Amino acid sequence: MAQKKGGKTAASDDPEELARTPLQAVLLADTFNLKFRPITLERPKVLLPLVNTPMIDYTLAWLESVGVEEVFLFCCAHAEQVKEYIGNSHWGQSHAGFSITTIESNFSMSAGDALRFIEGKNVIRGDFILITGDTISNMSLTEALQAHKDRRKKDPDTVMTMFVKRSKPMPLTHQTRLGNDEIMMAIDPETKQLLYYEDRFDSSKRAVTLDKSLLADNASLYLRTDLEDCCIDICSPEVLTIFLDNFDYQHLRRHFVKGLLHDDIMGKKIYTHEIDSSYTARVDNYRSYDTISKDIIQRWSFPLVPDVLYAGNRAQMRLQREGIYKAPDVTLSPSVRIGAFTAIGSGTIIGENSSVSNSVIGELCTIGRNVSIDGCYIWDSVTIEDGCRLSHSIVCDGVHLHTGATLEPGVILSFKVEVGQNITVPAYSKVSLLPQPSKQDSDEELEYADTNSGVIDSPSIASISPANIEHDHVSSFDTEQSVLLEGGLSGVGYIWTSCETGNEEEWRYSVAPIPVEKLKEFYAKMFDEDESSSDGEQTGITHSGELISESKSTDFDDSDGEYKGDVSKFEKEVEETFERALGGVAEENVQLEINSLRMSFNVTHAECAGAVFQSVIKSAIIASNSSKSNLLKATIDAIERSKGLLSYFITNVDEEIEVILKFEEMCMEITREFAPIFSSVLHQLYDKEVITEDAILKWESEKADADESDKVFVKQSEAFLKWLKEAPEEDDEDE
Amino acid sequence: MDPPMDFQVVVLAGGTSDKLSPLVSKELPKALLPVANKPLLSYPLELLEASNLKNIIVVVEGDEAATQVESWLSVAYMDRLNVEVVKTPGDVGTVGAIRAVAPFLISTDILIVSGDLVSDISPGAIAATHRRHGAAVTALFCPAPVSGGADSSTSGGKDKAKKPSRCNIVGLDPTRQFLLHVVSGAKVEKDIHIQKRIVRAVGQMEIRSDFMDAHVYAFKRTVLLDVLEKENLYSIKQDVLPYLVRTQLRSEISAKKENSADESSNGATKELPSEDININSAVPSNQNLRWLSQHREIAPSSYQDIHISDCDKNKSRLAKKTHKCCIYLSGKTQYCARLNSVQAFGDINRDMLGEASRITGYTFSAQNNVVHPTVVQGAKTTAGGQCIIAEGTILGDKCSVKRSVIGRHCRIGSNVKIVNSIVMNHITIEDNCTIQGSVISSNVQIQERASLKDCQVSAGYVITAGSEYKSEPLTKR
Repeated sequence: MAQKKGGKTAASDDPEELARTPLQAVLLADTFNLKFRPITLERPKVLLPLVNTPMIDYTLAWLESVGVEEVFLFCCAHAEQVKEYIGNSHWGQSHAGFSITTIESNFSMSAGDALRFIEGKNVIRGDFILITGDTISNMSLTEALQAHKDRRKKDPDTVMTMFVKRSKPMPLTHQTRLGNDEIMMAIDPETKQLLYYEDRFDSSKRAVTLDKSLLADNASLYLRTDLEDCCIDICSPEVLTIFLDNFDYQHLRRHFVKGLLHDDIMGKKIYTHEIDSSYTARVDNYRSYDTISKDIIQRWSFPLVPDVLYAGNRAQMRLQREGIYKAPDVTLSPSVRIGAFTAIGSGTIIGENSSVSNSVIGELCTIGRNVSIDGCYIWDSVTIEDGCRLSHSIVCDGVHLHTGATLEPGVILSFKVEVGQNITVPAYSKVSLLPQPSKQDSDEELEYADTNSGVIDSPSIASISPANIEHDHVSSFDTEQSVLLEGGLSGVGYIWTSCETGNEEEWRYSVAPIPVEKLKEFYAKMFDEDESSSDGEQTGITHSGELISESKSTDFDDSDGEYKGDVSKFEKEVEETFERALGGVAEENVQLEINSLRMSFNVTHAECAGAVFQSVIKSAIIASNSSKSNLLKATIDAIERSKGLLSYFITNVDEEIEVILKFEEMCMEITREFAPIFSSVLHQLYDKEVITEDAILKWESEKADADESDKVFVKQSEAFLKWLKEAPEEDDEDE
Repeated sequence: MDPPMDFQVVVLAGGTSDKLSPLVSKELPKALLPVANKPLLSYPLELLEASNLKNIIVVVEGDEAATQVESWLSVAYMDRLNVEVVKTPGDVGTVGAIRAVAPFLISTDILIVSGDLVSDISPGAIAATHRRHGAAVTALFCPAPVSGGADSSTSGGKDKAKKPSRCNIVGLDPTRQFLLHVVSGAKVEKDIHIQKRIVRAVGQMEIRSDFMDAHVYAFKRTVLLDVLEKENLYSIKQDVLPYLVRTQLRSEISAKKENSADESSNGATKELPSEDININSAVPSNQNLRWLSQHREIAPSSYQDIHISDCDKNKSRLAKKTHKCCIYLSGKTQYCARLNSVQAFGDINRDMLGEASRITGYTFSAQNNVVHPTVVQGAKTTAGGQCIIAEGTILGDKCSVKRSVIGRHCRIGSNVKIVNSIVMNHITIEDNCTIQGSVISSNVQIQERASLKDCQVSAGYVITAGSEYKSEPLTKR
């Protein structure tokens, strides 16, 4: 590594030498996720056809067009298939515009592993382009590459330029048209430096929090949700070293980008480059597969379009009117209706009275009579018998649909599946000949989880003989997960239960359009959110979690504001600790934990007591269903339960007063539901000996000359206070 | 002249602000503090008059102050403006002041102007912007003074107090017409929390920390009155405006009132904050259309617009739940300052002599100064550039006045140097005094050989012969 670094600095010092470094690209031919399961069990994603051409061809064609001289193709899952494809294609030949080197690793689980592996190979000498093999683009790189180099000359800490493009997410689903989730980015308007990155739309958080230091350094910044990450980066060689140093970085965005943004020690900087007119998109899920296919047919990706792309030894498709592409040797019966924006591959035969629209049909397919196909992606050598209806589905190679079969929207039929006569495959089903791997990882890890396990589990398609399959499907009928396609005489395949997101989320990334009902549902939900959030508003918590009014504090007490912030942070921590405590942590440990929190936040004992009390009260809210009697009962329970804890932290009168004040403040602002039962709770606290009489009386006298509005609770507790004042005398008398 | 707009103006003239001590007193409320020899309040009033905004309510804190202001107004603006003075008790905040005048507010829109605004930004333009957008609130923001490098501070010759340059944090839409986020006061120094919903609605929010709230707001009256009903509000800047901005997409302002009051707004969609801040932007706005037409419109792939029609019936329900918050950004060349500290008092007075002299309305002579014809100057006395000397002032021999304002009927002895200072009315300065960078209130007597540097002297103070003061406020016991 040291030697490499030396080489690099020399290169960046000398612009001429920099110019001589050939432009290199790292092409990841594995996406390390399971979004294209079950198809990817049998074929790597980069070889899946996109308008009858494997995706990787688009990527390689673009790399060639932007003048990349060396491509390092990283293969992991199905490495042999990728290598074989590249070897047989023209890319492997000497007349290709660049040299292509395959790097194979069977142990990489993530992009991070892949880059660490490549770092180990010691092949990257200068700035390189990092791209995945499922990216379609026709943009020019010159400008961005130059900008990146200029920035690096000025500031060696520049490590990456990310390409972004404008794409406003749909307001209802927060998805872009490619089906990607909304990203929130903060970008410096002048330098285009990336300052903040938040992916994976998180509905639970309503506000985005920007660190104050961001604005201290920049007078202005743009906060954008209308950008889409193109997943093409120009990286400096340091990127590899950073991955090596941070061996826990797996995901390019979630770990690497966020890691660098949060790390102020290394000071590495990431910039963005917004592309406007050219086309860039990545096939990340079924929805983007659908969208991008349509874009290609509509020629947004020109010159990467079916009639221009190098077809090798296949017959070149020709563009006809209405965006219809046909290979020359297609056999269509005269009564076939071909709708606009359709591509039909060579050797395909379509029978009488069938109709095809908005679809892509591969090579050597046989389609019978009276078949209707709408919005489907039918790959090669598919047989569709008479009277089938298909809509918005993906049908892989070798599938056989028997007479009268129906595919509802969103269906994925993996390789060689058979659907029996008159069977309807329900919407969003995924059917494969291979059983669903029973071991599923939790959602969280899926992104970079063991893709390999799938690879290892699944034998190559060739090794399963038809007889085997017949057998298989009878024998492994037992699992809940895999239900055999039933009813048909000749149905073959397992229906996968949706593993990743659960059925209700299936529509989100499907090839089929989002159902109207879903959108309606979202629309209604948005209103509910509105209602509920306005409720939240009324109880005094704003979206930012701050109280509505803090304004009596004028300019002088900035420092006080800062300090308050710490206290509120502290309170939050205490609350979390307390919640954990409810889960059964021993009381001493909780005491210990809160004490250490108190010290680390440097808050007073009184504040600490207040915070603990607040947590207790909040736990009561959660326990109750917010009705008044329930609430009182829940509060009494909560106080009883945490009596030990409270008495540990509330030791003297000052702290007791702080607790009362805190409670008062809560009643007025955060938890107004307590307001009506203030005096009852106070009484309880007294009864449970959490708070002494002294404290209550002191509190009253402190409040004596407060504003009328502040005295609400004193008034409410008047009876109790009176009783308190009279009672002790009686006590004394009794004794 | 333009026909008068249906705008009522509330000028918040304040009372006797602590921040301006020792310059203000019961006899001299903040509103009447002379700036370039004119009462401070005359600046916003002149500005309003120039925009033909003549229905003005001046809110003054405290009884004496109110009486003072009222008597001055009745003389100065009797036949020019329709001014009413309303007094409030001290320390009620700007919201309290507005509450006090709420019964008098009758016009559709209310313009609230801070009485300490010295500016040449036309309030008419703000009012027009407000009307054009049919906004619930429109606020004036101006570029914050750059701490350090500004020419006003260099001429001051002393270090400008290290003002935090982050006066406010504002979020703007890409067209810079709408206010999407605002943070002010103490919260500025904390991490900022921005509602995703609002960012989403625009797609792109520009966040800036170099704009300053100039305390000029145009409110829809119904909105203002609605907000005033809420508790816990104290300041317009720190509570009301942030509240309205925060809730702009889920307005709690009663829509019923608004609709009846605002008949001019036609159609539900027009009421939405902007084409872009449209929750319904499933209906692609024009701007989006430009981007998406090629994709979504021509070939509805996975996106469809069927649902739009279904949503239409809900639209009216939704439309009522939003309101617009607009922003008026002043140009870089326009002057805008608030006189809210002793420091600002000095700065603004100097600016009046220099870069912003056009606001004063004086004609500067060839020597770049304004010396009233009745001023008597002794032998070898020079009034340098950037000076204003008002009527009836008498200067002795060998005096030198530079970059200073001298009020009416002052008697200044011989060999007195006045540099970078503000000398108010009826002041006696005896021989051989040196006054630098100071503010001398009315009726002060400065005995011979006194030397003042960076001092503020309260009214009626007597500085004994030969004394020297540096950087001190001098107040009468």
